[in-house]
Amino acid sequence: MDPECSQLLPALCAVLADPRQPVVDDTCLEKLLDWFKTLTEAESGLQLLQENACLVELLSHVRRPQDVSPRVLSFSMRLTGIFATQEDCFQYLQQGELLLRLFGEAGPLSWAAWNIPTVRSGWIQGMHTLAQHPSALCFLSDSGAVDTIFSLQEDPSLFVASAANQLLVHVLALSMQDGTVGSHSPQGGAWPTCAQKIVGHVEESLRSPAASQVTQALNVLTTTFSRCHSPWTEVLWGQLSPAVAGLLEREPIPATHSLVDLVLSVARSPVFSSMDHRSLWKMVGQTLGHLSPVQAGPLALGILKLQHCPQQLKTQAFGVLLQPLACVLKATVEAPGPPGLLDGTAGSSMSVDTLLSSKSACVGLLCQTLAHLEELQPLPQHPLPWPQGPLLGASVTLLQLCGGSATPSSSAGGRLCVMLAGCVRVQRAALDFLGTLSQGTSPQELVSQVFAVLLEYLESPDSSPTVLKKAFQATLQWLLSSSKAPGCSELSPHIPLFFAELFPALRKRLCSPSWEVRDSTLEFLTHLSRHWGGQADFRQALLASELPVLVQQLLQDPESYVRASAVTAMGQLSSRRLQARPEHLEAQQGPVPELLHILSSDSEGFPRRAVVQVFTEWLRDGHADVARDTKLFVTTVLQVVSQDLDWEVRVQGLELAQVFLAQNLGCAGHCPYAMGLPEPAPPSPLPELLRTLGQLRLLEFAFRALFDCDRPVAQKACDLLLFLRDKTAPCGGLQEPGGSPNLAAVEASLQRWQAGEQGRPLEDPEPEAMLAILRSVDLEGLRSRLAESSDHVEKSPLSLLQDMLATVGVPEDNEADCY
Amino acid sequence: MLDCGLDMTSTLNFLPLPLVQSPRLSNLPGWSLKDGNAFLDKTELIDLSTVDVVLISNYHCMMALPYITERTGFTGTVYATEPTVQIGRLLMEELVSFIERVPKAQSASLWKNKDTQRLLPPPLKDAVEVSTWRRCYTMQEVNSALSKVQLVGYSQKTELFGAVQVTPLSSGYALGSSNWIIQSHYEKVSYVSGSSLLTTHPQPMDQASLKNSDVLVLTGLTQIPTANPDGMVGEFCSNLALTVRNGGNVLVPCYPSGVIYDLLECLYQYIDSAGLASVPFYFISPVANSSLEFSQIFAEWLCHNKQSKVYLPEPPFPHAELIQTNKLKHYPSIHGDFSNDFRQPCVVFTGHPSLRFGDVVHFMELWGKSSLNTVIFTEPDFSYLEALAPYQPLAMKCIYCPIDTRLNFMQVSKLLKEVQPLHVVCPEQYTQPPPAQSHRMDLMIDCQPPAMAYRRAEVLALPFKRRYEKIEIMPELADSLVPMEIKPGISLATVSAVLHTKDNKHVLQPPPRPAQPPSSKKRKRVSEDVPDCKVPKPLLSGSIPVDQLVQTLEKHGFSDIKVEDTAKGHIVLLQEAETLIQIEEDSTHIICDNDEMLRVRLRDLVLKFLQKF
Repeated sequence: MDPECSQLLPALCAVLADPRQPVVDDTCLEKLLDWFKTLTEAESGLQLLQENACLVELLSHVRRPQDVSPRVLSFSMRLTGIFATQEDCFQYLQQGELLLRLFGEAGPLSWAAWNIPTVRSGWIQGMHTLAQHPSALCFLSDSGAVDTIFSLQEDPSLFVASAANQLLVHVLALSMQDGTVGSHSPQGGAWPTCAQKIVGHVEESLRSPAASQVTQALNVLTTTFSRCHSPWTEVLWGQLSPAVAGLLEREPIPATHSLVDLVLSVARSPVFSSMDHRSLWKMVGQTLGHLSPVQAGPLALGILKLQHCPQQLKTQAFGVLLQPLACVLKATVEAPGPPGLLDGTAGSSMSVDTLLSSKSACVGLLCQTLAHLEELQPLPQHPLPWPQGPLLGASVTLLQLCGGSATPSSSAGGRLCVMLAGCVRVQRAALDFLGTLSQGTSPQELVSQVFAVLLEYLESPDSSPTVLKKAFQATLQWLLSSSKAPGCSELSPHIPLFFAELFPALRKRLCSPSWEVRDSTLEFLTHLSRHWGGQADFRQALLASELPVLVQQLLQDPESYVRASAVTAMGQLSSRRLQARPEHLEAQQGPVPELLHILSSDSEGFPRRAVVQVFTEWLRDGHADVARDTKLFVTTVLQVVSQDLDWEVRVQGLELAQVFLAQNLGCAGHCPYAMGLPEPAPPSPLPELLRTLGQLRLLEFAFRALFDCDRPVAQKACDLLLFLRDKTAPCGGLQEPGGSPNLAAVEASLQRWQAGEQGRPLEDPEPEAMLAILRSVDLEGLRSRLAESSDHVEKSPLSLLQDMLATVGVPEDNEADCY
Repeated sequence: MLDCGLDMTSTLNFLPLPLVQSPRLSNLPGWSLKDGNAFLDKTELIDLSTVDVVLISNYHCMMALPYITERTGFTGTVYATEPTVQIGRLLMEELVSFIERVPKAQSASLWKNKDTQRLLPPPLKDAVEVSTWRRCYTMQEVNSALSKVQLVGYSQKTELFGAVQVTPLSSGYALGSSNWIIQSHYEKVSYVSGSSLLTTHPQPMDQASLKNSDVLVLTGLTQIPTANPDGMVGEFCSNLALTVRNGGNVLVPCYPSGVIYDLLECLYQYIDSAGLASVPFYFISPVANSSLEFSQIFAEWLCHNKQSKVYLPEPPFPHAELIQTNKLKHYPSIHGDFSNDFRQPCVVFTGHPSLRFGDVVHFMELWGKSSLNTVIFTEPDFSYLEALAPYQPLAMKCIYCPIDTRLNFMQVSKLLKEVQPLHVVCPEQYTQPPPAQSHRMDLMIDCQPPAMAYRRAEVLALPFKRRYEKIEIMPELADSLVPMEIKPGISLATVSAVLHTKDNKHVLQPPPRPAQPPSSKKRKRVSEDVPDCKVPKPLLSGSIPVDQLVQTLEKHGFSDIKVEDTAKGHIVLLQEAETLIQIEEDSTHIICDNDEMLRVRLRDLVLKFLQKF
C-alpha cells in the first residue's frame, strides 16, 4: 500500500465506523473493496492488517450492531471475506473471534439489520470469498453457516436467493475438492459430511411438493454441473437422477424451466461427454417427451446444439422442434406433400392442441419454433438431412396465413387462418427465418414461391413498417443467394422479372406517409444498387422506374433519418451512374453541390454525417465528379466539415483526409477495397505534396482537430498525423528544422489552438515548417493519453480515499449537487 | 323500423349524366336510356304506412327516408341525432341537386315491363325488380321528410308507447352515428349498425351500454374486410403524391361528408413531408361549404381530442387551416369561381362516387385521356370497375383504396367477447366467408351460440318471450298490504285489486267498495256489474308432519289409525270412522261419508299444522 494511502486509511476507517457520518455513495464502497482485493492479491493480507491496525478496529467495531449502518455492516463482512481468503490471515482473524462474531449464528443473524437484503447479501458474498481453504470449510461446518445458506435459498430478495445458491455450489465443490484429494470419485457414502449434508438437502428439496423448493434445488444442481467437471459430479448425478426423473411423473411438472436448464447443463458437462451414459440420454429423451411443446422447444434446441449426443436423441429433438411447422403444413396442404422429415412428426396431438388452443399460445409457439430453427440453421452441427424444402414451404405458408392469402384445406387450417390473420409477431419471425433459409439450396419452384410471397408483403398496404423492413432484409438475402447459385453467371432468370414488379412497389413505398417505411425503402435501394448496380437488367429496370428522381426528392424530406438515408442512397446510385437524369434535376451541375449544400446547411447531424461518408466513398472509389478536381473537392469539404458542431462529422472529415493522403502518398494499393480501380497516379514528390496539403488546409484541419474537445476527433487526428509522419520519415531531403523562419509562427498557432482559440487561421504554412512540427509534437504520447479513459486521473486509490473523506463532511451539499 | 338506407347500385345500369352534352357519351353503342334517374329497391313485405317509428343510425342509412315518409302514407315518427339529420340533409340536397340540374325532357317506363326488359342487353335484362325503381325525390320531399324527425341526444331515453324505451349510443363511425338500445323492463335488444372502433373524428363507440343484451342485432360491418383503413390511407397518400409529382391530376370521387374529413386531416400532415405544399386541393359539391362548416360546430359529437380543441379555442378539424392558407378551396360547382381559380396539377374531391352524376362526370371526361392523371376510389359502396365502365377505354390510372372504418370481423369478435349478448342476429352474408374468398374463415362472425342469420324478406322470430311485465301498485293499495314472513327473507301478502291497463302500463288499483245494499231495482242492475268482492279465504302454507298428526288424532280420541305411504305422500286411514286423510305435497283431502261434523273437526286439526295468511 502506498504510504499516502496508509496515512489516510485511519481517518477513513473512523468515518466508516461513525454512524453519524453516513456514507452516501455506495459505489465508493464497491471501489474500496476492489482496491483491497487487488491489494491482497499483490501482497500479504496478514501484513496489511498488522500494519494498518485501523482496519481490524473497523472490523471489530462492527460487532456492535447499533453503531453501524447496514451498508457499512455489509461492507465489513465483504472486506473480512477478502482478507480471510488467505489462510494465515483467516487464522489471524479467527483468533480474535472476529469471524465468528461476523458470520456466526450469534452475529448479524440475530440482529435487526439482518432484515435488510444488503446485509444478507454482504454475509453471503463475504462467506463466498473466504471459503477457499480447509480451515474455512471447518469454520463453515462448525458455525452452522450451511443451514443459514439453506434458509437464504428461499430469500424474498431474488439477488440474495441466487447468491445463496451460488455459495452452496461453491461450498459443495470446495468440500469435495478437499475430500477427494488422492482418492478417485468416492461413492456418496464416503463423501465429506458437509457435502453429504448439502446433497441430502438438495435431494429432499427435489422431493418437496413446493415448486419453489424444487426450483432452488434444480438451480443449485444446474450451477454445479456447469461449473464442476470433476468425476464426483457423475456420482452426484447417479444419486440424484431418480429424484429428478420423479419430477416428470408429477402433474403438472414443476419448475420446467429450471428442469430444462439442469438437463442441458448435465448433458453439456464434459464428464458425460462419452456416449455410454445411456441412462442420462434416456432421461433426456423422457424429459423431451413429457414436456409440453412450448417447454420442450428450448430443450430440443439445446440437445441439437450438443457436440456429442446419440443420433436417435437428436432425431427426437429435431422432431419436437419441427412439430408445430409440420402441423401448419398439414393443415394447409391439400394433397399429402412429398415425403420429408416433417411427415413423421405431424401426428403429435399435443402440438396441434397447443397450436389451436388460443391465439396467444399459437403465436407464442410458432414464434419460438421459428426463432429456434433460425438459430440452428447456421450451426455446423445442425441436423442432417436438413428439411430445407418443407421448412421453406412452412414459412411461406405461415406468411400466407398471416397475409390472408393461404388456402387451408382443413378445419384446423381454418382456425389457424383466423388466429394468424394480420399477426405482426409471426410475420416478423417468419420473415427472419425465411431470410436465414436463403443460405441453403432450395428447389426452383419453391424459390419462385418465396419471391412471390415476399413481393406480396412488399406490395401489401397492410404490412406494418417493421414487417416491411424484415421483408426487405429477407428479399435482399434471397436475391444475394440466387445470384450466387451454381450454374448462373449473374442472376437467375426470374430475378429480372422480379425487379420489374419490385420497383413499382418501391416507388409507392418511397411516397409512404410513414417515415420508417421511406427510410427502410431507401436503405434497401442502397443495398440493391451496391450489389447489382453493374448488372444490365437491374440498371435498365431501375433507370426506367422513377426511383432515382424520388430519391433525389427525398433529400428534402422533413425527417432527418430519411434525409440521411436518401443521401446514402443517392451516393450509391451516383457512383453507379444510376442517378436521376439531368432533365429532372433542378441543378444540372451534378450531385456534389447539392450534397455540399446539405453538409453546410442541414440542421440535423445524421444527413451531414451521411454526406461526409458518401464523399469519402466517392473519393475512395474515384467518382467522376470528384476526380475532375480532387483538390478543390477536398478543400471545400474540409472547410465545411471543420466548422461542423457534430464530432462524428469531424471524425468522418478526418477519414476523408486520410483517404486523400493515402492516395497521394501512393499507398492506395494497400487498400483491399481499391483492387479494381485504375492505377493511382504516381506519387508526387514529398515537398510538393506537403505544399498541396498546406494549400488544401488539410494539415491545418488535422492539427486543429488534434486539440478538439471531443476525444474521438483528437484520436483520429492523431492517427492521421502519425500516418503522415511515418510516410514522410524516410524522406530526408528536406531541410532540418530550426532553420525556417516560420517555424515559430506555426508553433505559436499550435499553442493557441491548444489553448482553445480555434478561430485564427494558420498563416502561409511552409512544408518544411509543417514537417518540423509534425516531428516535434509528441504524437505517440498524445495518443496514449487519449487512449486512457477520461477518469484515469481520478481512478487512483488515493483519490478515492480523498474523495470519500471529502464527501462525508458535507452530505447535504453533495445531494444538492446531484440535481 | 331500423334504418332506411338507399341502395343506389342500380344507378350503375345507367349512363352518366354529364353537365354539358358529351358527344362521346351520347355516341356510346348500346342501350341509351332516357329515364336516367331511378332508385329504390324495396319489397312489399310490409305496409310501410303502418310503421310507427323509424330509428336512424347514421346519415348514410337515411337516404330513402323521403320515399318512406312521403310516398307511403307514413304517419309515424323518425328518431335521429342532430348531426345525422343535418349531414343527411346535405347528402340528400347534393343528390337532388346533381339530378335536377340535368333535367330530362322525357322519361320512359315501358322498358320496365317484364317482357320488354327480357329483350334488353345484359346486365339490364338480369336486373331484378326494375318495376320498383323510382325517380329521385325532390327537395320539397326532403324537407317534408326531415320535418318528421325527432332529434335525440346520446343516452337520451325515449319511451315508445309505453311498450319499450329506445336509447341512441355513440357508434364511433360518423358524426352523430348511433347504435340503439331497445328495452323493456325485462328484455334488452341492441341494434348495432355502422360502428367503428378506430380513432377517427367521431366520439368513440360506447360499448359498455351494450352489455347484458338478450339479442344483439348486428349489421353495417365493413364492406371491405380485407382492406385495413390505415394501410389504405397510406396507399391513398402514396398514389396521390406519385401522380402529382409527375405533373398529373388526382380525382377523388367521394361523398361530401365522412371519410373526406379524415382524408383532409391526413393530407394536412402529409403534404409538407411529400413536398406537395404548392398543389391546390379542390372540394366541389353543392354542399361543400356547409359540410366543412358543419363539421366544425358539432363539437360535442366529436372525439375527445377534437372536443378539447374547441376550448382553446381552435377549430377541431385542421381543414380550417387548409382553407385559411388557401391550400384547400371549395366550390358549389365547376361553374363560376372555380373555372377562374382552376390550376393544374391539382387534387379534386367531388361526387358522386357512382360516377353517374355530379361534377365527377366532368372530370372523368376531362382527365380520362391522360395517363398522367389518377382517379382514386375511396368509397366502398360501388364496384369501381362497374363505375368506370362507361368511360372505357381509359388512359388515366385507377387506384382502388376503399376506406371503410366500420367494424371488421376481428373487431366484431372482440366486441362480442366484451359485450356478451345472449344471442346475435345478423345478415346471412356475415355468417360465411365472402364468396370470392371462401377459404378466409376469419372473414365471418364466429360466436357462441352461433349467430342467427336472416335473409332478405325473411321473418325471423327473436329468441325470447316476454314472460314478465312490470305492474305498479297504487300507494293506498300498497298501504293496506300486510306481508307475512314465511321464510327468512321472503314475505308474502295477498292482494285483491283491479288491474288497470292502458298504453302498455299496468297498474293495480284498490278494489271498489263492497256494493251498497240495493235501494232500487235500477241500482241493482248496476251493482251486478261490479265484481263480486267477498273477503277471500286465507291461503295456507307449510307441510303436515304425519307422525305428529297421528299423535294429535290419537289425543283427540281417534284410534285404530293406519298410515300408508303412497307415491305422492301418505294416506292416514281412520278405519273406525271409515275416513281417510290423503296428504300430498300440495293438497290434503279429507274423505268421509256425509259426516260434516267429523270433516270439520278433522279439518281444524289439520289446519293447526299449517300457516295462514
